[in-house]
This record gives sequence, structure tokens and C-alpha cells, in this order.
Amino acid sequence: MPVLLTVLAAIAAATVLLATGLGLVSVPPGTTARILLSRLPLLDGAVTADWEVLEENIVLGLRLPRVCLGLVVGASLSVCGITMQALMRNDLADPFLLGVSNGAAAFATLGMLFGAFSFLGTYSVAISAFLGAAVTILFVYAISRVRGRLHITQLLLSGVAVSMMMDGVTNIITLSAPNALGLHNAEFWMAGSLAGARWAYLTLPLAVLLICMAVLMAHWRGLNLLLLGEESAGALGVDVRRLQKLLVLLASLMAGVTISVSGSIGFVGLMVPHFTRRMVGGDHRKLLPAAALLGGILLVWADVAARMVIAPEELPVGILTAVTGGPVFLWMLKKSDRERR
Amino acid sequence: MRMRLEVDGLTYAYGERPAANDVSLRVGEGEFVGLIGPNGSGKSTVLKQICRALTPQRGSVRLDGEDLLAMPYRRSAQKVAAVGQEGEVPFDFTVEEMVSMGRSPYKRLLEPDTAEDRQVVRRALERLGMVHLARRSYLHLSGGERQRVLIARAIAQESGFLVLDEPTNHLDIRYQMEIFDLIRRMDVTVLAAIHDLNLAALYCDRLYALREGRVVLEGTPEEVLTPEHIYALYGVRSAVNRHPLTGRLSVVFLPGGTESTDSREEELS
Repeated sequence: MPVLLTVLAAIAAATVLLATGLGLVSVPPGTTARILLSRLPLLDGAVTADWEVLEENIVLGLRLPRVCLGLVVGASLSVCGITMQALMRNDLADPFLLGVSNGAAAFATLGMLFGAFSFLGTYSVAISAFLGAAVTILFVYAISRVRGRLHITQLLLSGVAVSMMMDGVTNIITLSAPNALGLHNAEFWMAGSLAGARWAYLTLPLAVLLICMAVLMAHWRGLNLLLLGEESAGALGVDVRRLQKLLVLLASLMAGVTISVSGSIGFVGLMVPHFTRRMVGGDHRKLLPAAALLGGILLVWADVAARMVIAPEELPVGILTAVTGGPVFLWMLKKSDRERR
Repeated sequence: MRMRLEVDGLTYAYGERPAANDVSLRVGEGEFVGLIGPNGSGKSTVLKQICRALTPQRGSVRLDGEDLLAMPYRRSAQKVAAVGQEGEVPFDFTVEEMVSMGRSPYKRLLEPDTAEDRQVVRRALERLGMVHLARRSYLHLSGGERQRVLIARAIAQESGFLVLDEPTNHLDIRYQMEIFDLIRRMDVTVLAAIHDLNLAALYCDRLYALREGRVVLEGTPEEVLTPEHIYALYGVRSAVNRHPLTGRLSVVFLPGGTESTDSREEELS
């Protein structure tokens, strides 16, 4: 197990070096490494600056924040997927099941097309998206509480209903959009993209990821037991109601924050937990860290592909994960069907 | 280690109709008490409330005089272990991981399994003859093997009170007997819902019979398992004899049309 985590961490580090260099303007990995090293506090003078200023600007100003954001978003989506799956007791649950992405999209398009949130300044898209996600999840959560306890089936169904409502709202907004450029931007954002990455976007998602990860790791036994069903979990010492509420909170926080910086990138939160389970089994103590690393790596490479396939244009990475992830999902569905028979 | 259970006035309704209605039970230290009754009579509902899978709407559950329902879940799970009719587990765990889950009531957040926990798990697997399956995936086991894993998990839980909800339902007769023998030898108090009246007669010290959510009979197997009572509970005619080898009662069900010597077919009050 520690071996696997070390290997994954090494791959993640290599991914940062390689992926940072790749794009419309390529920077060799060696140069990337030296640019990065030169920025480390202790190695100030040790590396000679033999690269071009353009290269340094691309690496430090554009690519590195994007790659780091990819790691954080990929990890958050995977961890969030695992959380939702434990909550729903179903390995086909995903981070956006409760309508968070649709709520975020509705609010964000409202902001982008009509400037409804322009008073929030530079980060108005991110903030409005987060507001949308938060409003949706609170609404769904309030509906699904039956006599003080969370009703999982109702949570799922009201999530579906609220997503559709929010989709409708988004459609109304885009159809009555005053300008075409705004529409293009909104669609690009909704499809899920890391193209807007800046260093300032990184702090909050990273902090949320670390906090949620720490809380989830502390509850790894509870997560395992929850998979056995509410009744068995209760009999084995889990305060099921409390844990379920905690999981809704953590999952929405991660989903909301990720969407706010990258739009909704689908299927990562569904596929990565599944692949990781194949490697390490169902135990959350191993599953969570492994899935976080794998999700980060996967999304960074998907993003590399997104900026390479139709260069010099960019493809929203969410489209790429949807197009490749859809078939994988269907395959999983058929397979789990066969296994259970 | 062994515990005493007092249940008073337990009531739980899923919708309008109560599935358990004012149920009171006593299980003395070290006793093996059986719950019998037809499908839907409320056996599972009663047991689920005792192992805290359901919260009673009325009534109390006391263990050694202490209010079980007011305890933190971790503490009650250290005292009461349950083997139920587990639903589908849609995720992949190894047998060893499943049994280790029995140790979780003793664990704080973040605390890993210790060498001692692994010992306990190992011993539990040994008692059920499943050591060779330790690394196997739970999903790929047969129904009977899964049931034995759950029993091993309850053993690893090391609690003084066992709640069994038809624990041997999926097992063939050899494993059914082995498991009941094993549980009888353990130093615990047991409350078990048992479908098979012959097994109930073989292993239980006392029985409670439930019908429509209420306790309608209680007593030793000799007192409870009479042809009249069996007819009143299940609507089936039977002959009950003491078996010369076991010294226990043995119930033979009579197909329609068979003349029974002493079936008086009277309703329970």
C-alpha cells in the first residue's frame, strides 16, 4: 500500500514536470524543472537562468497554475465521488448527483450573461457558481429530511428533480442572452475547463480538499461500515445520521468549490473511484488517498489532451472527459449488472 | 462478560400499523432465548431496535440495568453484536476486512488496527474454519460463506450479548448446527429469531412467540411448542414429541389430511 502511494506520488510529480511543458508552446521538461527549481527558496542562485523570459512566463504564469489546479480539481472530484458513493451505497453515484453542477451553472450563466454578480469583481464567476451550488444543495437537503433524519432515496430523487429545474433556468437564461460572445464563454465554462486557471483560484479548492480529506480519513471506518447499510453500521457503532449529514456537507463543499473554479467536469468522480477500487479494494483508508492522486493525474493529462487536440483552439476538458467517460460508465454499468446476477 | 437484557413496551411502526407493539422481553445472564413467529410477526423489528438499527418510538431497552438507547453508538456496539440478514454489499471487501469491521466499536477516529485486533480477527476466522478464505473477496463467496463471515465479525466484536436475526437462514444443515453449537459454547447471552422450530427446540432455553407485533407466548420450549400453539401461530398442524436421543422436543409438521392424535386446534387468547 505505501508502495502504491509512493508510486502514484512520483507519477504525479512527473506529471507536473511533463504536463507543464506541453501545450501550444512546448517547453522541454528539463527547462521546466530548472525554472521550478530556481523558484525554490533555498536554491536561489544555484540554477543558471538559460531559458527565455517567454518560457518562464508560460511555465509560471499559465501552465503551472493550470496543472496544479488540475491536480486539485481531479483529486477533489474523485474524493467527492467516493463520498457520494458511500452516502448512496452505490458505486454509480457521482459528485454532481444532487444537482450542484446544475445549480452552479444557472447562477454562473446569470452572472456571465447579465452581469448579475459583477459587483463581486474579478472572481464573480467562481463566487456565483459557488452560491448556486450552495443554494441547490441546501434546498435538496431540506427537502430530503424526514422527521429529522436524512432520507437517502428522497435525497437522490429530489436531487434529480432540482437538477432539471436548474437546467431549465439555465436554458431560459442562455436563450435570452443579450450577446453571443458571453454565450460562448458561458457554454465553454459550463462544459468544464481549466483554461481560466490562476494562482488565486488555487487557495480555496486546495484548502477545502485538504480539510475534507482529513475529515474523511478520520472517518474511514465509518465510511466502510456505511457501505454495509445503515442498519449494520448502526449495530457496529456508527452514528449513522451524524455521519450522513457530515458526508453531505463535505461532498457539497468539494463539489461546489471545484465547480466554481473549473465548471462541471463530468465522469472523473465516477471513474476514478471505480478504477482505484480495482487496484486497492474497497477499504477507504487506502481508497481515499490513492483515488485523490490518481484523479489528479488523470485530469491533468486529460487537460493536456484538451489543449493539444484541436490546437491552436482549446477544447473544454469536460467535453473530453464526457466523451471518453460516457462509454466507460456504460461498460461499468453492464459489468456490475453481470457481477451481481 | 455475559449480560442481562430487559426490554419494556417496545413499539415501532413503519407506517401506520405497528410492526412491534408493546413488546416486553427478559433475557437473563447467559441465557439463549429464541424469538419465533410467522413472517411479518415483528421478530426482525424487535431485534433491530435492540441492536440500534432502528430507534424505538416507545419503550425502553436496558442492558445490565443501563439504558442502551441513551448510550453513544460506539459503546452500545461494544456490548451488543448483531448478525442479521445482511442486504447486498455493493462494494468489494476481503473476508479479513469484513471481519475486522467488528473491531471498529473499539476504535477512535484515525486509530489503525493493532496486532491485537488482527489476533482477534484471526481467532474468529479460525473458529469458523475460514482462515483459508481470509484474502478472498466477500463478493465472490457463496451465501453460506458470507453468513459465516458475518458471524465471525460478530465474534470479533467481543460483546457480551448477541442478537441473531435468523443467522443460519442461508446455510445448509451442517453449518446451521455447527454455528448454533459454536454460539452455545460461547460465553455470551443470546437473543435469536429462529425460523426453524426444531432448531429453536434444540438450542433455546426459553422462547417468545410473536404474532402481529405482540408477544403472545413465552416460556420453555416445552411450554411454547405444543401442537395447539403451533397451529394458532402458523396455522399448520403438527405432532410434537420428545426425541429419545437429544432429550429435546422435535416437531413434525403434518400435511393436509393427516389425522393427528392430539391436535385440538384451538385459538390463542
